[in-house]
Amino acid sequence: MLTQASTKPSTAVQSATRAPRRPRAMSGTGGRTAALFLTPFFTIFALAMVAPVVYAMVLSFFAQQKSGLGFGEAKTSFVGLENYLQVLQSETFVGGIGRLALYCLLYIPCMVGGALAFALLLDAAVTRARKLFQLLVFLPHAVPGVIAALIWAYLYTPGVSPIVSVLQTGGISLNFLDNQMILPSIVNIAVWEWTGYNVIVLFTALQAVPRDVLEAARVDGAGEIRAAVSIKLPLILPALSVIMLFTVIGTLQLFTEPSIISKATASVTSTWVPNMWAYDAAFNRHNLNQAAAASIIIALMAAVLSWAVTRFSSRNKA
Amino acid sequence: MSTSTMSRASTSAPALPPRRRRSAARAGGFGSTFTVNALLILGCAYMVLPVVWLFFASTKNTADLYGTPAYALGEPAFLDNVMAVLNQDGGVFLQWMANSMFYAAFGAVLGGLISVMAGYAFDKFQFRGKDSFFGIVLVGVLIPNTATVLPMYLLASVFGITNTIWAVLIPVLCNPFGVYLARVYSAAYVPAETLEAARVDGAGPIRSFFSLGLPMMMPGYITIALFQFVGVWNNFMLPLVMLQDQKLLPVSVGISIWQGYSVPQPEFTPMVITGSLLSIIPLLVAFIMLQRFWKSGLTAGSVK
Repeated sequence: MLTQASTKPSTAVQSATRAPRRPRAMSGTGGRTAALFLTPFFTIFALAMVAPVVYAMVLSFFAQQKSGLGFGEAKTSFVGLENYLQVLQSETFVGGIGRLALYCLLYIPCMVGGALAFALLLDAAVTRARKLFQLLVFLPHAVPGVIAALIWAYLYTPGVSPIVSVLQTGGISLNFLDNQMILPSIVNIAVWEWTGYNVIVLFTALQAVPRDVLEAARVDGAGEIRAAVSIKLPLILPALSVIMLFTVIGTLQLFTEPSIISKATASVTSTWVPNMWAYDAAFNRHNLNQAAAASIIIALMAAVLSWAVTRFSSRNKA
Repeated sequence: MSTSTMSRASTSAPALPPRRRRSAARAGGFGSTFTVNALLILGCAYMVLPVVWLFFASTKNTADLYGTPAYALGEPAFLDNVMAVLNQDGGVFLQWMANSMFYAAFGAVLGGLISVMAGYAFDKFQFRGKDSFFGIVLVGVLIPNTATVLPMYLLASVFGITNTIWAVLIPVLCNPFGVYLARVYSAAYVPAETLEAARVDGAGPIRSFFSLGLPMMMPGYITIALFQFVGVWNNFMLPLVMLQDQKLLPVSVGISIWQGYSVPQPEFTPMVITGSLLSIIPLLVAFIMLQRFWKSGLTAGSVK
């Protein structure tokens, strides 16, 4: 939106000052040229996003029904919303959604709060050390999700884990992989992976806060914490809401970490979160129609959630 | 003195903040500076120690892994571990690394170019339905990747391209967020006057894109490509779903298969750990060398 606003006046100026050349200038910026530049992207977009979703929608309205005792050829028949009903009535799917919601409630405040605190600290730190801190804090983002989950799976395993052994010498015996701890343990993996990335985003936004405002606050006697809460925080709200949006979308993707952890513990079942449920439906239960319906439900949830977050944050800004 | 810096700061804000902030930190006093740094070091330890653990663990054999303190060196087994990783299944690990490299580089270079071209068109050209088309791009940004993976698999099996490289290569070209970033970069880096001058000199739109627009947007292109590279390198669900042939797998899926073996066969554990370490080295190097670009990418993506 911003970019558009800035290009419009400049083209207006050009056409005013260079009126005689106008027809020629128009010839290179019109729809046909634009189509040339946009076709590759929209072709790929149609192939990799639109077509699959449309096809999944179609599949989701059909079912394979085997006649008789399950011998003979499977017949495909239109079943309307039957698949959706089955998915939504499945205890494991609904359980997965509940788990995902709980995960969001734990993960989002921890990660965003942690990133915010870290960014504010970084903004208050000595300039020289700042570059090193930024690099170190971003390090986990260079570690793929699979590897992050693997590392933490070992760090949770008694016998290998330094954390478990330190806790044991302190008299605390904690099993990170049991039924109660597994959700916080997976939240921790995601927090580890994503906090640093968002620290950098927020820190960049913080650097754009006008320094004279802060100086004025300091002259008026505001301490570091007061300045952070009542000046810096309101000014970086736009960046915070972008982070919220991408974090919410990100949480719905939850698949890699629990599927890796599921090999290390029985606490994570093969249908632990909705994405794993859909995967399990396609590859273990071989019910592609149900998998398609589950995928559509997940995409719809993402659409509703991101719409809600955008609405909420734009109201906040106004 | 403070008034003079203040007035200068308001005229040339971007250049000055670092100096002013240093004086602010000094004003906070020793106690708070100490607390701030202590907390930062604590936070960084949380970020860094798991990776450091991976380094130490990769130097141990299975017995030492369970028998020695985590942050101590065991019997130096690092080279043995590396050799075991490289020799397993006739060197399939190197094949996985090469596959990851190829998929990620393909997505980064070609997918990045496709995004840059589209972003440039959204910024520089006027055409009907521009806002609606850009709206479609934004919807694409908001759809979570994993929600489209299974649909893609279902469609790919209709065309019979599952378990071929195309099942991975086509999806990795699609990067709506790259288009969004490219539009921001195009507005920031490519002045309309330059393109106008090129047009007057008789350069067509394609020529002026490749000889003027693209070189001017090069930092943006590199940033978009870097993010795409990381995204593809880290992708797990797409290749897991699409590929069955071991020779086609990227390293992320390959290692997860070894992890599955290591549950009944603990001797696979050092290989999982060492393989993990080897697989993150290329990305660590890329990140450290290309710091300038990922920082600028995060800025462009968040501030707008």
